[in-house]
Amino acid sequence: MLRQSVIGTSLAVAAALGLSACGGGDAQSAGSKTVRVTLANHVWTENIKKALPEFEKKTGLKVEITQLGEDQLSDQYNVKLNAGSSDIDVMMYRPLQEGKLFAKNKYLADVTDKVKANKDWDWSDFKSGPVQATTYEDKVVGVPLITEQEVLYYRKDLLKKAGYTNPPKTLDELKSMAAKIKQENPGVAGFVARTGKSPAVTQFSSFLYSFGGDFVDESGKSAVGSPEAKQAYAFYGSLIKDLGPANVSTDMGWPEAMAIFTQGKAAFYTEANSLYKNATDPAKSKVSGTVGFAPFPEGPAGSKPYSIPSWALGVNDASENQANAWKFIEWATSKAQTLENEKAGVPGGRTSVAADPAATATYPKDLVEANAIMANNGVGHDRPLVVKVAEAREIVGQPIVDAITGKDATASADTANQKFQTFLDDENK
Amino acid sequence: MSATTTTTARTTESLTTSTSTPGWARWANQHRKWLFAAPAMVFVALLIVFPVAWTVYLSLTDAEGSVRAESSFIGFANYLDVLSDTERFWPAVLRTVVFTSGVLLVEVVLGMAIALLLWRPFKGEKWVRVAVLLPLVATPVAVGMMWRLIFDPNIGMANRVLGWFGLGPWPWLAGEHSALPTTMFIDIWQWTPMVVLILLAGLTSLSDEPQEAALIDGATAWQRFRHVTLPLLMPTVLVAVLLRGIDALKTFDILYATKGKGGGSFHEVETLNVYAYGLSFDYNEYGVSSAVLIIFFLIIIGSMWALTSRRKDVA
Repeated sequence: MLRQSVIGTSLAVAAALGLSACGGGDAQSAGSKTVRVTLANHVWTENIKKALPEFEKKTGLKVEITQLGEDQLSDQYNVKLNAGSSDIDVMMYRPLQEGKLFAKNKYLADVTDKVKANKDWDWSDFKSGPVQATTYEDKVVGVPLITEQEVLYYRKDLLKKAGYTNPPKTLDELKSMAAKIKQENPGVAGFVARTGKSPAVTQFSSFLYSFGGDFVDESGKSAVGSPEAKQAYAFYGSLIKDLGPANVSTDMGWPEAMAIFTQGKAAFYTEANSLYKNATDPAKSKVSGTVGFAPFPEGPAGSKPYSIPSWALGVNDASENQANAWKFIEWATSKAQTLENEKAGVPGGRTSVAADPAATATYPKDLVEANAIMANNGVGHDRPLVVKVAEAREIVGQPIVDAITGKDATASADTANQKFQTFLDDENK
Repeated sequence: MSATTTTTARTTESLTTSTSTPGWARWANQHRKWLFAAPAMVFVALLIVFPVAWTVYLSLTDAEGSVRAESSFIGFANYLDVLSDTERFWPAVLRTVVFTSGVLLVEVVLGMAIALLLWRPFKGEKWVRVAVLLPLVATPVAVGMMWRLIFDPNIGMANRVLGWFGLGPWPWLAGEHSALPTTMFIDIWQWTPMVVLILLAGLTSLSDEPQEAALIDGATAWQRFRHVTLPLLMPTVLVAVLLRGIDALKTFDILYATKGKGGGSFHEVETLNVYAYGLSFDYNEYGVSSAVLIIFFLIIIGSMWALTSRRKDVA
């Protein structure tokens, strides 16, 4: 009896193994009809969700979307990709934040052949800076999705009240105008921007470049202790400490800083242009009617805002459905979809669409002008280009919060410089 | 009890003696203590022993970036690194100790006071009990978000209320030195009800005779509490301390929801748990992170052991 059941069990197990083997084989050749796509909370995601039925009808595929906040998205990728999970096919990721790490860990499939296969889709139409950011060791691992630059948001009414007709051209003008407005309007800050150690790094980067500095110099050494960097840290810190909101928190990311601006509590705000809808949408902003946009003001080294690909789409290397995953990416980054998104306020990665007047017809006019100016003088990164970006951001961000809280920013920059050099040495080992 | 035993014995007898019983049934019967315990044992092995063993293994390697990437065995180097790290690790240990002991002390004292107030029946007792226990049923992340809004230095309720009395504004969660006490306050707000619940259960089960005897002897209210109620309640107090203590040591949700990654820009509220999370999810330093977690694990086991042995003394 015992023997019988053993034989029975082994037969059942063998049959199950055989079946699952067949199943695996089928999936390999044809791919599942369902494409599992993981996306971040973004205006782009909302737009693409509305357009999805068109894709599903055209291809007969079903798209399953998981939508998460930035931090949760990172955590999800860390857990699932680490485990080699195949239940993500398409992933929306940040090329400058996780791109190198993911490519190094082989989480992103090599799509070099795929991008070159379809002439109509036209890979050469993508802007070169973003393409560089989604290429790892000469292999294309992602398609640029959203690009952004840093602009100056300002309150037209407050400027007019203080007797100014134009927004500031230089950082010094920005400071003096912010000081005057703060003084004349109790309860309103002259300036606000991100203050969190890590979130502030990207928005601080334009200040750093405009003062003539960078995170890393040409020889690959840490440059956050340079005189230019020290000036930039001190300038950004004093803008917020002296002219920012009272009792400013050092934990602010864009949602918190944007809230202060849209509540009417600040005159100037430097932030990514891709977030402009939050300030001009009456449902989200109390000051929607009076928001103006200007190019990033000039520092000693000119106006040098970052101009970067903030999001890209990639294929999970462990996915068993790569062919269909690519079909989704091809459609989502097509000229038509890119145009639709640009019309809705999300700048994409294509040159032809950026040049199309229809794309920016609904934008505030001053924003279009600012964007056009900055497209030429932008710097291609807004954070150190390393593998362990999260750690690097905390190191180079320390002097920002030290400056904001009135600590010795110069000493802090020197400490950060040492630490960052050790970090770079460690990473290049 | 005896009836069940007899039944089992009879069944065993009939099974072993009967020749018509199939072999597998006899085998199962002989090994039934293993068979019945098996699901639980498999569960423990898969979900507790394996992860802990894997963490111990990772803590002895230089795993980083991806756990599937190649890593080499480096012995106790991670532990040495961690234990000699005075910048992040030891301050995090200190914060963990301050947070845990601080909230534990206040929660037990406050919890005892509230439990004593609710002990004797009074009008509207049910409503008061429900109101007191409400914070307990809220999710910690939601609680964290709620207090984060209340304590916002610019647009929050707390500073507006202070303003009515001509005080403030205070930085609350935004301050480098006020953030930890503020998160402790939130923890106390949320978890004191649990201590109340446990102590109230203990109080209700106490018999009245010792109290009455003390009353006849002319003991004051304080004397009755100090010399009669408290000693009798001590085992329950220790249960509350044990449960809440372990929980407070492991606090993560409230800290993360109010201050985010790394416990704020100056690591103001970075406890061991938050630190270990940052090491693995932000820095992808799986080896170091595992070492921190193992040390943390040992600290929890150690304090648990210290408390339970104390409990045996009392009981």
